[in-house]
Amino acid sequence: MADTLTPVLTADWADEQSWKLATYERNGGYRALRTALRMAPDDIITAVKDSGLRGRGGAGFPTGMKWGFIPQDNPNPKYLVVNADESEPGTCKDIPLMMASPHTLVEGVVISSFAIRANRAFIYIRGEVVHVVRRVQAAVAEAYAAGHLGRNIHGSGYDLDVVVHAGAGAYICGEETALLEGLEGRRGQPRLRPPFPAVAGLYASPTVINNVESIASVPSIVGNGAEWFASMGTEKSKGFGIFSLSGHVANPGQYEAPLGVTLRTLIDLAGGVRHGHELKFWTPGGSSTPILTAEHLDVPLDFEAVAGAGSMLGTRALQIFDETTCVVRSVLRWTEFYKHESCGKCTPCREGTYWLVQVLTKLENGTGQEKDLGVLLDQCDNILGRAFCALGDGATSPITSSIEYFRDEYLQHLTNGGCPFDPVASTLFAAEGAR
Amino acid sequence: MTEAPPTTSDGGLSDETFAELHEIAARYPEARSGLLPMLHLLQSVQGRVTPEGIEACADILGISAAEVAGVVTFYTMYKRRPVGDYHVGVCTNTLCAVMGGDAIFERLKEHLGIGNDETTPETPGQRSITLEHVECNAACDYAPVMMVNWEFMDNMTPQSATELVDDLREGKEIRSTRGPRIATWREVERVLAGYPDGRVDEGPGAGPASLVGLGIARERGWTAPATHEQGPTGSPADTATEAAEQADTSRAETETKQEEGHQDG
Repeated sequence: MADTLTPVLTADWADEQSWKLATYERNGGYRALRTALRMAPDDIITAVKDSGLRGRGGAGFPTGMKWGFIPQDNPNPKYLVVNADESEPGTCKDIPLMMASPHTLVEGVVISSFAIRANRAFIYIRGEVVHVVRRVQAAVAEAYAAGHLGRNIHGSGYDLDVVVHAGAGAYICGEETALLEGLEGRRGQPRLRPPFPAVAGLYASPTVINNVESIASVPSIVGNGAEWFASMGTEKSKGFGIFSLSGHVANPGQYEAPLGVTLRTLIDLAGGVRHGHELKFWTPGGSSTPILTAEHLDVPLDFEAVAGAGSMLGTRALQIFDETTCVVRSVLRWTEFYKHESCGKCTPCREGTYWLVQVLTKLENGTGQEKDLGVLLDQCDNILGRAFCALGDGATSPITSSIEYFRDEYLQHLTNGGCPFDPVASTLFAAEGAR
Repeated sequence: MTEAPPTTSDGGLSDETFAELHEIAARYPEARSGLLPMLHLLQSVQGRVTPEGIEACADILGISAAEVAGVVTFYTMYKRRPVGDYHVGVCTNTLCAVMGGDAIFERLKEHLGIGNDETTPETPGQRSITLEHVECNAACDYAPVMMVNWEFMDNMTPQSATELVDDLREGKEIRSTRGPRIATWREVERVLAGYPDGRVDEGPGAGPASLVGLGIARERGWTAPATHEQGPTGSPADTATEAAEQADTSRAETETKQEEGHQDG
């Protein structure tokens, strides 16, 4: 039984100049790379498969299996693309990782590229985090200078070039095929699949796209072994992950723990829900994962158990809201976000999110009717599973789940003729009277 | 600190800028991949994306101006109207909004006398500010969050937000709570185009909230399991080789799951 918290990726974040190559190497960094370069690439893929690592970007697809899909007999170049477009509301783990320990990512990029036999890799970072872009740019430059990147890496005969690419503001580019469009200099609209990126991705060539945390986990797997990684976590959700607590808890922040930890444990470590208040609702993995309530505090936070509770583990973005928060206001704001970020390619999402906002606005300001709840659910039914990509599906999650758990609160807005909540009460500075 | 490259006297793009645009395109196996950073560079030079800049990209990449314009209008960081010296973003996505982002945004609109996506008028001796509400910027554990020229300003209040914009307007040196001294919007756009500005080593590795879990683990002696490296049983390479021996069964499983399993992630 592993300890309650298991810092691996976060272990060196408090070190002086943690982002520098010298610090990273002093802590054992780039040793796994030397190990990897002595292995057969297929053996690295096998180790990652055996570790049970599943994609940390939300979907949880087995990482090693994704790598195994790359057709090595395809004559085109192979590419690794790191999805560092962290934008799912509530998700805030990759950004601090890249700021504090960019070399963990860079080492993961070299090992992963070597495993899939790519000689070019791209790190696509959202543009709105310039200091993170600086840190990753510098880490890549340091890695070149130290011979961890470039020609004939450490005498292995293996070459790798890495380009750090800044995005320009588009949530949809977190969707892997939209990200590829952005990286090809186009509007970030998702592609029809199949063909999957493993077969025809960047420049129609075999491409692996992985989340930052997935790639950053690879050095520890190669360095310590697949069994070590798999000794943490649960039966089908192996290893550790960064759990991000935000909102109405005493000490929000990053908590790295084996998958399967419960929210009850994490909130306890975080000093409890905001003093004098109680948990009302929370997201397990960002706004696209259906909300849960206090009755789900003991659900193990792994892929299977959260799905069993009717939601999704997603990115472990645990947004905590106490009883001062209006669920209708919260859901309306998320819905406005999806409307704003809908890429416009498909009708159900483009038009559907527009209408969802119209109906929800009326409900929030008290001018709607009870039957509007039925309209909302019908609209969601016409988006879920009918949109081109997961953005449309995600837009329906907060709506359907909030109506399931808080139908009465929607109705209260109607009888009250508007929102019954005082928005000041939910703020961090409520005690100071919102100065 | 180097200033953004100048425009020529007639307001056109300089040879130096053209050279850099070509340089960006050459980073990629296919030149068009350079378009996003090229547009960041143009914003650093001209303070926005201009019709001239769009034509320049189209010429260099061998695509139509309409194709470039289609990209410019898709991404929210590209601005077709001039941006002020400082771009001030207030997160009003749900979590930050609830924690106080809405109150901060309202206060700033009132204080600056401008609406969303508007810029304060040019005033002698004062820096200009463009105000915008932004979506989740991946700093939720520091809510309510603001961004100044895409640097983090954590745990804000209406009071600290108004003080911040006043200081910015007066030209005082401001430090990001988790980052460097704040440069101008144009200087930052140059970093996003791939030209480092030397500020990488400023600011902390991690802010306090990023370290909360690590601190508790250290206090209680919690760690990831001991590795083979520390024990007598062999090197990491041996472990990986042992793991590799079990490959046959997992490969067979892979092939059966290949059709059903593909997702994002």
